[in-house]
Parts: sequence; structure tokens; C-alpha cells
Amino acid sequence: MNSSMARNSLLTTQLRTDLDVIQAWIASGSRVLDLGCGDGTLLQSLRDNKQVNGYGLEIDASQITACISKGLNVIDQNLDQGLANFSDHSFDTVVMTQALQTMHAPDQVLQEMLRVGEECIVTFPNFGHWKARWHLAVNGRMPVSDLLPYQWYDTPNIHFCTFNDFEVLCRELNIHIIRRQVVAETAVGRLLKDVRPNLFGDTAIYHLRKGS
Amino acid sequence: MPKTFAKDSVGLVEPQTLHFDQPLALACGRSLDAYDLVIETYGNLNADGSNAVLICHALSSHHHAAGYHSEDDRKPGWWDAYIGPGKPIDTNQFFVVSLNNLGGCHGSTGPGSINPATAKPWGKDFPKLRVRDWVNSQVRLADRLGINQWAAIIGGSLGGMQAMRWALEYPQRLRHCVVIASAMKLTAQNIAFNETARQAIYADPGFHDGDYLAADTYPKDGLSVARMIGHITYLSDDGMGQKFGRDIRAGSFERGMDEPVEFQIESYLRHQGSVFSGSFDANTYILMTKALDYFDLAREYDNDAVKAFSHAQCKFLVVSFTTDWRFAPERSREIVDALIGANKAVSYAEIESEYGHDAFLKPIDRYYRLFTEYMKGVSAQL
Repeated sequence: MNSSMARNSLLTTQLRTDLDVIQAWIASGSRVLDLGCGDGTLLQSLRDNKQVNGYGLEIDASQITACISKGLNVIDQNLDQGLANFSDHSFDTVVMTQALQTMHAPDQVLQEMLRVGEECIVTFPNFGHWKARWHLAVNGRMPVSDLLPYQWYDTPNIHFCTFNDFEVLCRELNIHIIRRQVVAETAVGRLLKDVRPNLFGDTAIYHLRKGS
Repeated sequence: MPKTFAKDSVGLVEPQTLHFDQPLALACGRSLDAYDLVIETYGNLNADGSNAVLICHALSSHHHAAGYHSEDDRKPGWWDAYIGPGKPIDTNQFFVVSLNNLGGCHGSTGPGSINPATAKPWGKDFPKLRVRDWVNSQVRLADRLGINQWAAIIGGSLGGMQAMRWALEYPQRLRHCVVIASAMKLTAQNIAFNETARQAIYADPGFHDGDYLAADTYPKDGLSVARMIGHITYLSDDGMGQKFGRDIRAGSFERGMDEPVEFQIESYLRHQGSVFSGSFDANTYILMTKALDYFDLAREYDNDAVKAFSHAQCKFLVVSFTTDWRFAPERSREIVDALIGANKAVSYAEIESEYGHDAFLKPIDRYYRLFTEYMKGVSAQL
């Protein structure tokens, strides 16, 4: 297995885990908006298993075509230009998987997600993971991993945060965390992620709504 | 020796004329007692009549959408790039119906036809048609062909307006609606271009207030200018710049040279105008541009597009092109937003292209693949 195949298989596993968790959190028959829906894997699964009426937003031409092949509703729309065309509370859940760190203004995106949706689900990679810290502290280099395989100059991931950073932002924006699931890929990680999530969790999945 | 056509061409096709003798009530309050529609069909209707696709044409188009009328034809039908065996509108899967709309000048009853009441050409007395009149005539056509429900109705520009009108007024009769480079209504600027084009025709002494056939004249120059105006708006600034730039066709700017200079774009536009005015009817041009101007999808739904689309039951594909400024991507996004607001199934793509509004007719890789995938989904449900 070459490294890119290994990476793809790891990404698939990762997506699979995220997807199972997200699917469990979304009510059957609800109305879902998936921001940065990629090839539509999540929407397809939600449609087939939860009778979800969903729309995906995507800007990549081949991903849009992939969604159309699956018979999904996909809209060519750049998230950095906002969600102004969607009315308040027009969706039950707005989802964004592994894309928050690519946004120009993640804080505004979060607020927009909670304006358009009653609830939202966000997943993102943990920059506080021990491997990332090790990369920077010991090697003095920006972290490059299987999950985040980019160099600092070509990465689409421009706003990294740790779980702790994200939770501070939620407090500041009066966003209530309904629940959080931390995902770790290795056996050791899985053992330790509940003890020190910010150090051993690879990805977090947050279920959010507006604070009262 | 017979010429062979490409494998993905529908090959030789023959138009047919269908006569309708039930009066058609029109939006303007008048009615047409009897009329002809010229159509072409490609592919075969399946046993349960479920694989029919209707192609609605744009402003200056007609029924000849694909294939060739003779082995000597230099060019195929106007949408041959997208209709044929293995093409996005796959004639191995679908029974494709393309017609010349009422009011047209390619064989269907129009201003150039004889008015049975006067035994003279209709001319300016031909009823002012609206998009819904075309749709109503297309419903009669579907009935005649034994098509209870179209697998898809597809249209670009003015054709997209017909497809959307079908979805609102006859929601049971289509499963998919493909709206390409269209709009729910024209902007003031868009109407302005149409009116300028019409004024060019009116100003031609050969127009005779629309009764030029009776007067045995023809407003060829006026129609040429109308087409030139239209043509400019169908291309993009970039596209025109790339194709023509400031290239000179005749003359020179050298000092001492008195000869007039002619740019390539001037000669190109004049050629387009001349070819068009030689084969198109001025009254039809006026009728079609008026139908464009009058169209307002939500007018009879309290001017609420979401309310209008709430009547639709089909799935939608909406496509726009980046450099199209006559039917800009914003207009397509308005359609999409209203559809999402009405909780309808819709996909939308904005295709990069330098071809302006004309892009919907051109083979463009991304557009082709996306359209193919969407239509595969349509045929998978047959």
C-alpha cells in the first residue's frame, strides 16, 4: 500500500466514523444543509438511512458532479460568501464536516449556521493533538500528517484551532454545546482521548445550538 | 455515395407537421381556432410512454435541434452537441421531442401564416403570445403524442421559462425540469435591449407597420440591426476580445491612408445580421422578444417565487454560465433560492465559460459531464 492509498483509506475510515456519529445525532425526516458537502457521502447516507431532505453546498466542480450522479441536491455556492440567501431557521440541522478550518471567518460561519439551522454539527481536526505539538515543539516545523497532508504554503486549512480554542469561541458567541464526541484513530489514542481529549483526540464532532 | 454521420449523431431527421383544430384560448383573451406545430423527434417512445423529453427552444430557434436534414447540410441542428446517442440527452434512452413554437417562422403557425378569416398573412394581427400559450400548445402536443408525463422538460434562456411554466401549471406532467441560462423575469436592462432591437425593425421603411408581406416588402435591414444588438449581448466582452480583438479586416491606420478601416467585429456582426435577417421573420422576432419581456414567473402567485414554486412537483437542475450577462448567474441563483425556499429538489451549477449567454449551446466539458450525470439519473428512473 503506497502512502497516498494509506492516506485515502485513513480518510475514509475517519469519514466513516464521523458519519456514523453525525447520522445518529440527526432526527429522521429532518431538513439538513451540508456545508462543503464534498462528493455527497454524508447526504447520501442521511437520505438512504434517515429519509433526510438535504441540500449540499459545494464549489468543487467534480464534487458537484459526483453529488449529481448520486441524485442529491447540490448547490454551487462559495461558503466564504456567506449564507445570506438562506432564511432564518429554514433547516433543522446545518452540518459542516472538516471544513471550518478552511473558512476565512470561522466565527461568522458558525453564527450563520445557527441562524439558518435550529442546530448545527461541526467537525474539525484537532491542532492540539500531541503529534501536532510534537512536530512544532521538537522539529520546529508546521505539522504534516496523514489527515492533514499539506505544507504550510499550500494548505487550504487556514484557521486551525484546538478543541479548547473552539470551546472558548463557543462561550464567547453564546453557543451551547449539546454534546461532543472526540474521535481518535489509534488504539492508544482511543484509550486516552477521554482522559485528555485536547491531547489525544484527532477530530471532534460538536453538536451545537444557540445559547439561551 | 451516402455520407456517413458520426456515431453519436441522430443522423438524418425529418420534420413533421401536426395540425390541431381545437381552438386554443390565449392569455391575451383571443384564441387560435386551428394551428400547425412543426416538430422533430429523435429516439423511440417506450411502451409505457415514460421516456419522453421535451426540448423548449429559445428566442430565435426552432424544431431542428439535432441531426441533419440532408447529407449536404453543413451544420447539424442547434443543440446537436447535447442530443444524440450517448450524449447527455441520450437518444438511446429518451424519446426527444423538439418543436417550433407557435408564432415561429419555421413552419408552425405564426405571423407569416395565412389568417383563415382574411385569407391574407396574419402580419401584425397575429395574437401576441405569452410563454403560457406556448406551454398550453405543448400540452396539446404531448396529448397528441401519447405522452402523459415527460421524463424531463429542458430549455435554455426563453426555453427555460417554458420549462418552469410547465412545472408550475402542469406539475403532474413532468418529473424533471432543466433550466439553463434563464430567469424568472427579465431585468429592465434586458427589456431595454429587446426594445432597442424592436425599434430597429420598426424604423425600417420596409416594415409597413408589420404588414410587410401584404405590401411585398421586408424590413431586412432593421432585422439585421436587431440581430446585431442581440448578438452583442449573447457574447461576453472577454470572449469577443479573444475572438476578434481590434483586428482589422480592411484598410489601415497608416498616415496618409484615407481608406476606411473596418474591424473584424464589424464585419462579423454584419454577417450575422445579414444571415439571420435572410431566414427569420421580423414579426416573429417581435413576438418572441415581447414574450420574453412579459414573462414573470410569480406574477400570478402574488409575486412570490417561493409560493409559485410550491406548486411544482418535479426535480430541478439549474445551470448558469459565469460570463453570461444577458441571463446572469444571479438570475439563476434567484430561481434556486426560491426552489429551496419551497423545499423542492434542486441542483445548481455555475459553469466557467467565456461564451456569454451563448454558452448554453456550446460543448463545454464541465457542463457536458454534469448534464450527462443528471440525465443518467433521469433515465435510471424509467
